[in-house]
Amino acid sequence: MTNKKNVTVTDIPEHTLEIVTDAGEGAQKCAQIFSQTCAKMGNGVWTVEIIPAEIEPPQRHVTSASGNIIRFGADKVTNWGDQSKLAVAFNDQVLLSRHRLDSLRDDCIILFESVWEHHEDEEFRKEFAAAMEEMSSKNYRFIKVPIEEETLKVVDNAQLGKNMFALGLLAEIYQRDLSIIERQIAHIFRHKSAMVTEANIELVQHGVAWAQENLDFQFKISSVPTEESRVVMNGNQACALGAIAAGMEICAMYPITPATSVSHELCDIMENYGGMVHQAEDEIAAAGAALGASYGGKVALTVTSGPGMALKTEIMALAVMVEIPLVVLDVQRGGPSTGLPTKVEQSDLLAALYAQPGDAPHVVIAPRSIEECFHSMITARRIAETFRCLVIVLTDANLATGVQQFTRPEFDTRWQGDPAESSPVPEGVRPYEWDPETGMSTRIIPGTDGGQHTVTGLAHDEESRVSYDPESNERGQRMRSRKLAVFQSTLMPPPVYGDQEGDLLVVGWGSTHGAIEEAVDRARAEGNKVSSCQLTFLSPLEPGLKEIFSHFKRVMTIEINYSDTVGDPYITEETRRYGQLCWILRAHTLVDIDCWTSCPGQPLRPKDIYNSMIKNIEKGNSNE
Amino acid sequence: MSSAAISLLDLDADNFKCLEAEDYQTRVGKWCAGCGDFGALNAVKRLLAKEQLRPEKMVFVSGIGCSSRFPHYINAYGFHGIHGRALPIATGLKLARPELDVFVVMGDGDCLSIGAGHWIHATRYNPNMTVLMLDNNIYGLTKNQTSPTTPAGYASNTSPRGAVLPPLDPLQATLGVSNASFVAQTADWVPKHLYATLQAAYHHNGFSFIRILQRCPKYTPDLFEDQVKNPDLTEQLVHADGVDAPGLDQLFKARREHDPKNLDEARTLAHRSDMLRLGLFFHDASLPVYDEIRAVNPVSAEEKVARLNQEFDRYAV
Repeated sequence: MTNKKNVTVTDIPEHTLEIVTDAGEGAQKCAQIFSQTCAKMGNGVWTVEIIPAEIEPPQRHVTSASGNIIRFGADKVTNWGDQSKLAVAFNDQVLLSRHRLDSLRDDCIILFESVWEHHEDEEFRKEFAAAMEEMSSKNYRFIKVPIEEETLKVVDNAQLGKNMFALGLLAEIYQRDLSIIERQIAHIFRHKSAMVTEANIELVQHGVAWAQENLDFQFKISSVPTEESRVVMNGNQACALGAIAAGMEICAMYPITPATSVSHELCDIMENYGGMVHQAEDEIAAAGAALGASYGGKVALTVTSGPGMALKTEIMALAVMVEIPLVVLDVQRGGPSTGLPTKVEQSDLLAALYAQPGDAPHVVIAPRSIEECFHSMITARRIAETFRCLVIVLTDANLATGVQQFTRPEFDTRWQGDPAESSPVPEGVRPYEWDPETGMSTRIIPGTDGGQHTVTGLAHDEESRVSYDPESNERGQRMRSRKLAVFQSTLMPPPVYGDQEGDLLVVGWGSTHGAIEEAVDRARAEGNKVSSCQLTFLSPLEPGLKEIFSHFKRVMTIEINYSDTVGDPYITEETRRYGQLCWILRAHTLVDIDCWTSCPGQPLRPKDIYNSMIKNIEKGNSNE
Repeated sequence: MSSAAISLLDLDADNFKCLEAEDYQTRVGKWCAGCGDFGALNAVKRLLAKEQLRPEKMVFVSGIGCSSRFPHYINAYGFHGIHGRALPIATGLKLARPELDVFVVMGDGDCLSIGAGHWIHATRYNPNMTVLMLDNNIYGLTKNQTSPTTPAGYASNTSPRGAVLPPLDPLQATLGVSNASFVAQTADWVPKHLYATLQAAYHHNGFSFIRILQRCPKYTPDLFEDQVKNPDLTEQLVHADGVDAPGLDQLFKARREHDPKNLDEARTLAHRSDMLRLGLFFHDASLPVYDEIRAVNPVSAEEKVARLNQEFDRYAV
């Protein structure tokens, strides 16, 4: 960097940037290489995809923005943070969409394709002018970059090269290690000709050179070198690899966004592990096939999202009734109905808990990070087999497509469980030999000599005979429910982040973990007595919640789902509908728990969580 | 499907016990007197005894309906699941345990209505299993509602003035699905034919779909009355490669030579006509079988860990 003149280098702990383009312009690839490079340089990273729902949305349109948000810093990064401080935009319309979503900080630096301003097409010029007018409400720093023009100096098709030129700009601005970038490019294009790799590297170098020539600033984000071995991936990849590490052998699925990429990963590699993916004719069949495979003694998984889980509910209740282990992964998206297919929400919690017909006690867990996505599959398998039960794993679109690095797991063959018991069943052993205290019984797999019986979704006795008498039915209900209590007795109370007592305890679940703790840090730094607690087990709940809550003046859940606001038309304390975890915790603890929820179709921002906490504290103070 | 058939060579002579048909029954079926399901149960028991299948190596999967109680009465493993979903469960089971003999028992409502999507797709997957679709043209267990095969004009609780639509033809529909490999029709009141059809189905490697016309003495007692009383209304399909049901030539005078390899003719014959046709409509043993084409070699836990470590190198930073 010594050859440069008049460059201001700002030393910062972290930064958030985004690259937005029309779909098909390669923003994802650019961001992927950039974030991988940051991770390899020892930075903490979190990336979020900006995805239009259509495969080929109209070009230059506010609904078409495609790209990534990348937050990286010297330390671990646990969430996507607040607004972007730098953006690369390939046209005014996709940028405008980001402006309208309030994604860009007031002083955001915007590297902006300059071709549109004086484009020969008058329509484009008009749109450009209108967009600039609309964005003039903010103090963005626009830097015009002839992205297309410069790209065409290297390759013939700008559409396929602008992303790499942009990567070069970012590499120079953030002082990235070019040798790592070049290795990443070579890896990504390893299946194509060497010329493709060379052209892409040349584009990056050209972007670097352009930035050196024309830009007067750089950001320096140091990194903490670590000896620890780390991996970087998104939550769906983590779930898929976790399923394999857990020894799962059959994944039955039906395509649904945003869960499908779990199956893509598994389709690619599962057969190398003695397993297979069965693409079923529908969601019900996928759950049915998984249950059938599990009945046969294999470890089976079905992967879906909310609308798909709705269809699977009857099979899920059957799994509970026949006590056959089944793992259902629900990558939550926005609802109801088709809702927001590509966007995050935490609205399936109550459905996961209660949507099955009848009383169908089962386990629901929600990983809080991408690392936990991996480990959740191992946990899920273990619980499902130990308790002969249904386990639902709730992740969401934020975890699914977010990319983060984590400690590389050391695989343990014990994660894969023991092979199903197949020695002959001793005479007199019954298929539902419930231990009257724990409800636990030994599973008998078809093919086992002497164990013949017919499992049934109808009420049944210990011998699996259909029995409608009151005693049998109530015993069955009690035994299936008892298992949950036994499982709960193995759990520890959840840790409290911050002091063990104070004015406000914020309770979240799943993917909001990092953002909530960051907001707590901010509020505590200002002297607020705020702590947080992030739940992983939603059914059964972790023990000791009422005791934890009793040390705080107020308790509030933070969730990405809908709740009413008191004071809105018709909305009173009596009519108010709460966030989904809030309902459960109110019922569970009889504590008057408040909630702040939001369903913007994107992850919660630490600043919004922070604001909700401060508002709650102020409200509490004024009531005192 | 004969993977679990006992090979005498495998047996320890001391432990060998020849199983009789009655050894395959756990308890008496709880169907109405005169129900055609009894005939199917008896034929299945005969088949199991004939093939000397090991009870623990067979699974009977069913859905919901009168006939879906079937597994409870058979000495084997059974999965009496939920309405319409027997085929996905059986498919998953077969993928997991291809060495087990899988039988699926469904009614017309179960298979052709609520489970219709699964029926079409299971036919195409062509997993190696024997499928008994017991068709009494009515919903019995829920007490007399119109089913997809209820004849037009036939009254029920949901069509008190008679069914308004022409019935669905399960044979034609199955024969219209690509990869359909075994499609046959038989009737509960012709035990010899029923047994012979089951046997042919069992020995077919693939998805053996048998429509078994079944009398319901309670709600559709008159539906097959004419055919039961007058064998001249039935035409038997015969062929060297068809169902070999000896001793019926005196009973059924109408006999039609039909080569079960001839799909076009099978589709034509499946069209409803005044004659009831029993026999093997279509058979092709050369089609891909799902549990075979999807078979995966097992990998040891240690090897999985080794491969996972390689996989994680891709994600390493």
